[in-house]
Amino acid sequence: MKHETPMLDQLEAGPWPSFVSDLKQQAEKRAKNEEGIDFQIPQDVVEDLLGVLELSFKDGETHWKHGGIVGVFGYGGGVIGRYCDQPEQFPGVAHFHTMRVNQPGGKFYKTEFLRDLCKLWDFRGSGLTNMHGSTGDIVFLGTTTPQLEEIFYEMTHKLNQDLGGSGSNLRTPSDCIGQARCEWACYDTQALCYDLTNEYQDELHRPAFPYKFKFKFDGCPNCCVASIARSDLSFIGTWRDDIKIDQEAVQAYIGGEFPPNGGSHSGRDWGPFSIEKEVIDLCPTNCMWMDGGKLKIDNKECTRCMHCICVMPRALRIGDDRGVSIFAGAKAPILDGAQMGSLIVPFIKAEPPYTEIKENVIEPIWDWWMEEGKNRERLGELMKRQGLQKLLEVCGFDPDPRMVQEPRSNPYIFWKEEEVTGGWERDVDAFRKKHQR
Amino acid sequence: MAFISSGYNVDKPMEDRISDIGPRKYDEFYPPVIASNKGKWLYHEILKPGVLVHVAESGDKVFTVRCGGARLMSTGLILEICDIADKYCDGYVRWTTRNNIEFMTDDESKVEPLVQDLESRKFPGGSYKFPVGGTGAGVTNIVHTQGWVHCHTPATDASGPVKATMDALFDDFKDHRLPAQLRVSLACCLNMCGAVHCSDIAILGYHRKPPMLDHEYVDKMCEIPLAIAACPTAAIKPAKVESASGEKLKSVAVNNDRCMFCGNCYTMCPAMPLADQEGDGIVLMAGGKVSNRISAPKFSKVVVAFIPNEPPLWPKTTEVIKKMVEAYSAGANKYERLGEWAERIGWERFFEKCELEFTHHLIDDFRDPAYFTWRQTSQFKF
Repeated sequence: MKHETPMLDQLEAGPWPSFVSDLKQQAEKRAKNEEGIDFQIPQDVVEDLLGVLELSFKDGETHWKHGGIVGVFGYGGGVIGRYCDQPEQFPGVAHFHTMRVNQPGGKFYKTEFLRDLCKLWDFRGSGLTNMHGSTGDIVFLGTTTPQLEEIFYEMTHKLNQDLGGSGSNLRTPSDCIGQARCEWACYDTQALCYDLTNEYQDELHRPAFPYKFKFKFDGCPNCCVASIARSDLSFIGTWRDDIKIDQEAVQAYIGGEFPPNGGSHSGRDWGPFSIEKEVIDLCPTNCMWMDGGKLKIDNKECTRCMHCICVMPRALRIGDDRGVSIFAGAKAPILDGAQMGSLIVPFIKAEPPYTEIKENVIEPIWDWWMEEGKNRERLGELMKRQGLQKLLEVCGFDPDPRMVQEPRSNPYIFWKEEEVTGGWERDVDAFRKKHQR
Repeated sequence: MAFISSGYNVDKPMEDRISDIGPRKYDEFYPPVIASNKGKWLYHEILKPGVLVHVAESGDKVFTVRCGGARLMSTGLILEICDIADKYCDGYVRWTTRNNIEFMTDDESKVEPLVQDLESRKFPGGSYKFPVGGTGAGVTNIVHTQGWVHCHTPATDASGPVKATMDALFDDFKDHRLPAQLRVSLACCLNMCGAVHCSDIAILGYHRKPPMLDHEYVDKMCEIPLAIAACPTAAIKPAKVESASGEKLKSVAVNNDRCMFCGNCYTMCPAMPLADQEGDGIVLMAGGKVSNRISAPKFSKVVVAFIPNEPPLWPKTTEVIKKMVEAYSAGANKYERLGEWAERIGWERFFEKCELEFTHHLIDDFRDPAYFTWRQTSQFKF
């Protein structure tokens, strides 16, 4: 190895997969180059990455500079410029840009496609990736400026594959595994994610927003992609009819034939299954009970928290009148503190071509945010600044008690003039005729 | 290293240009058993940690073997994953949201050999390449950010503390002994690219020193009004300073007492660096979740205000995390998430059970929501 890495070497021990070992293997593979690849960026790029990382471990500080303005022609996102602040010591990573590659829905792959991606990235980049970045993209970690257009050209021409989002635009949407392999998905998350990703390619590639904007798609209220915590518009699957009950299967759970919660608690003896303790008593709305050996649910009172369904997946199934609830404004703490998504649409059908979702929800919200949002203001912050009412107004939604935790506890209502009989214009002289000064 | 053209013509960038085509379509990559049973799954069961079966209305079954992996991954390792997927899964594989790798097959007889094969593969340094686990009431893989590997604003590394933490929690990656699933996340600064703010346990990098001012360069490298506007606490104002050579410079001044160390100014202005070996370190948060199951989604709460960065193994951080996991495991009811447990027993009891010190840093004083976290009832525990 080109650089000594005594600190990083300590991360090779221990059972969890060691990224240090992986990087070293990759460095050796590039050095040997048994396949005779005509590397388009420095062959020792991975060795220099290990070197600069070791230096950061020693210094307790990063050695990467801000991104410059690099990208591919016509796009404002998808590439993040990255330069090392010690280029003389580590010339292999002096220029080390990231490319975001829009992942396929559900992160399903055929190895043929993965091999093509690897081949391209070994040839024109560092061969290092993130599988995957937090937002969902395949992240290509480290290449030089002249390679950006070449990679984009090969990707679009040979692999039928586009870049993802970065900067003040629509970020790469992402979804849960959904109906592909989950019995709880209330809509086709991958279909909706793919449709909106393609519908809004312009918004994804060409920054025109005040700041980033994220869509995420969860098939059910278990929220495996955490949409309610980290997407400006979160689509969570739900249903409005009855949970379907298989009474025989309920008995099988009671009798101990089926493991509760799909076998998720097998590592400890929790004692025999108790439907009262583990299901009925934990129901947040107390809408379940046993009646003559049969499980009953007062579905009208159910808030679809998923607990009973998760505990008894073979006995209870989601309803058939399915759609999505939409939540707006989630974000991480920068700047004004973290926000969870707030409910703006209790129920909407999620069926192609999704016209209502696009025209009645997404586009009016974008129009409002692009008009009123300040530089680097997320949707959730605009909602806080101008109020949930404003969002409902721009979308034309009727207010609904489902949208709030509780009604306001202060009476400081910003009445509008047109709401008050007779308006606000009055004659003070007429008033004084009745009331002396 | 001769430059090899892809066919792109730099003089005519629009020639034959293909753009706005989006990702590959998901169903190109569905294994046949997924494609034919989509939307018709009946139920699933975790056969043992890391191995699931999903059963469809048709009677078809798909077996999934889940294994952990570092999110920072080489093409060499991806190609090894491809070889495994070709051998056992007809060339199909997927990743989960939490950086796990899933191999799927409809042939039950392939499951055990696949598990054995995955468990047998180790790096020369001794760590597993593909440990099987990450399901059910245990710990699954950590979602995280870039850290010192590739980011300009981190206050800690990501891959390093993640590796150290997963080593400490490894037994729970491979077991189902906890009361419910436990999600650990890491973000290397409070930009939180990893959105760790709703995790059972969150590891967060944090700066503690205000930005330094590289006056000679502030006006050259930055849009001063943007740097000023970027500050959430209005701690930055324009200032005129004189350089050593007597030159009048347009720059900024920072009211250090108002700085919350978010680094947002540095993001807008590279002449305001704030990283510092002694200033930077780790905040631990706990009790968040994103699921709506039983209780509403919750934010994680700060339970340890600061632990210094201790590369390469972050021993204090992993020790405190381990202590929280053990206290949770001993105290929580079945199905109870860490935050639900803390709320049931009371946060005052949580600090006692986890042997954590409560310091003034843990009392919220950031804007209006702070008030709602103070106690406004006579109900509390001694």
